[in-house]
Amino acid sequence: MSEPRRRTVWILVLAPPALFLVALLVGRYGVRPDEAFRALFGLGESSDILRSLILRVRLPRALAAGCIGANLAVCGAAFQGLFRNPLVDPRILGVSSGAAFGAALGLLFSASAAAVQGSAFAFALIAVGLVTVIGWRFGSSTLVIVIGGLLVSALFDSLLGLIKYVADPLSNLPAITYWLLGGLSASRWTVLPPLIVLTGVGIIFFVLFRWRLNLLTLSDAEATALGVRVRPLRLAVIAVGTVMVASSVAIGGMIGWIGLFVPHVARAWVGPDHRVLIPASAAIGAATLLMLDTISRTALPSEIPLGILTGLIGVPAFFLLFLRFLRARGEVR
Amino acid sequence: MRLVAERIRYAYRPGTDALRGVSLAVETGDCLFILGANGSGKTTLLDCLSGVRTPRSGRVTVGGIALTQLSARERARRIGVVPQLHEPVFSYTVSQAVLMGRAPHLGPFARPGREDRAAVSRALDMVGVTDLRHRPYTGISGGERQLVLIARGLAQGASCLLMDEPAAHLDPHHQHDVLRVVRQLAAEGFSFAVTSHHPNDALLYADEVVFLSDGASIHRGVPADAIHEGSLREAYGMEFEIVRGEDGPRAVLPLTGRPGARSAVRRGPDRRYGKS
Repeated sequence: MSEPRRRTVWILVLAPPALFLVALLVGRYGVRPDEAFRALFGLGESSDILRSLILRVRLPRALAAGCIGANLAVCGAAFQGLFRNPLVDPRILGVSSGAAFGAALGLLFSASAAAVQGSAFAFALIAVGLVTVIGWRFGSSTLVIVIGGLLVSALFDSLLGLIKYVADPLSNLPAITYWLLGGLSASRWTVLPPLIVLTGVGIIFFVLFRWRLNLLTLSDAEATALGVRVRPLRLAVIAVGTVMVASSVAIGGMIGWIGLFVPHVARAWVGPDHRVLIPASAAIGAATLLMLDTISRTALPSEIPLGILTGLIGVPAFFLLFLRFLRARGEVR
Repeated sequence: MRLVAERIRYAYRPGTDALRGVSLAVETGDCLFILGANGSGKTTLLDCLSGVRTPRSGRVTVGGIALTQLSARERARRIGVVPQLHEPVFSYTVSQAVLMGRAPHLGPFARPGREDRAAVSRALDMVGVTDLRHRPYTGISGGERQLVLIARGLAQGASCLLMDEPAAHLDPHHQHDVLRVVRQLAAEGFSFAVTSHHPNDALLYADEVVFLSDGASIHRGVPADAIHEGSLREAYGMEFEIVRGEDGPRAVLPLTGRPGARSAVRRGPDRRYGKS
């Protein structure tokens, strides 16, 4: 392995755990590393408040941030390859419109947090289910699937509008608006298992299939001529990908942009071969969301919604990174 | 390996046949050119030969086995496709692109290993593009990309290669670079079916030609016999002059009606064959 290549691997392997640790230590109540270590593993005595802060607040939240970041970035990378279109993000199939409608429906009836997440997850799957049925019925070409996604998104966006219109402007409407801005403040242990399991299973699936994803970037005819059964493979990727994304939007709300831009940065950094692109996207996505969520918790006395922060900080930062990598590869001057 | 089409029919929509009973044979070590006007069914025919499309009736056999009896992977280990030049979306390196040819040798969860990389090196070497292996596939010339796609077909293990308009968008030199490699590989026993708009390319590089007109094969044979004023008129709907040398036809020229265009042409006898 060449020297810069080795350095890249080390950065990608070490950045997510490092930022995970930072997320545990930093906050309005600062924690020293040794205190955190003792609280985490129950060694020696540490105050109950500290233990509770680390174990019940920061640890689940950091896990959620890492999972959601990796989850969205991996799906984004896979979907951009699948649709042969670098402008695609995992939400293209209506998953986030469905989730937004589901969450808003729950919030309209002032349901519990778990019920809101369940409803968001269920409607995300219903939306993608509709798209998949449309796709299967009309031949599974990428065009049909994308147009199906646009139609279903538009439908659920309208339904969301309807809910906002009838929601109580003093209680339910602000809750809906806040949910739509995205954020991880709802990440408690109780809601984490589905996210962790689905993210884990999904990432294992994409890691196992990562070389085959290269084949899906060819045209249908070309891939078929190479002996690839395009239709089932494409639908499997879509199914696994959207279930993953549904599990993360159900908890994190509308965290835009990670699934669109992280894969670009990863591709500009390590190239388009999914064998390295998928793990690199996972690492960069996890690191990015861990960092952004830490900032969102700490920058101001009250929390800044992630959906706002991703745009304000992420976009300029990633634009510069992206340009730098493209220059290094000689693709822009 | 011998690739044979027997009276194949294909329709995109019921009632309008794109192929109306085409028969042809690509012999082992031969290079067959498929000539015909735009819309005559050349690409559809190639799709049927590669198994990307299944004919409505008739059958395609490779090495004596019907394509319908082979799995997609078994088929891809026998028949490779070199598609028309297109701009790839992602900038894979040349060796990553050729490595994709190993797909029919690998199970769904398998990733390419040492054996596959060795097959890629061999294929790059046979086509003479080993120097390009680390270059991005988007950053090489059109002719080089065609050669890389031939190498991908070889990495597949295919002994029949189907090429769709390999000469389109290439200048004569780059075109020659590609078709010279095709001739070399044919001499080593690979079979080629090549679609082309240019009868002259068939005169230069083909062992056999078949004309397609409106979804039917109308004239077949060695280029010197099958390419004549009659077959050209029937295929393209216009008049051609044949330029003849000592050993038969050397070039065909469309009659443009421009003064002087005919002065250099020695007219040969009008040889016309019936439908084959």
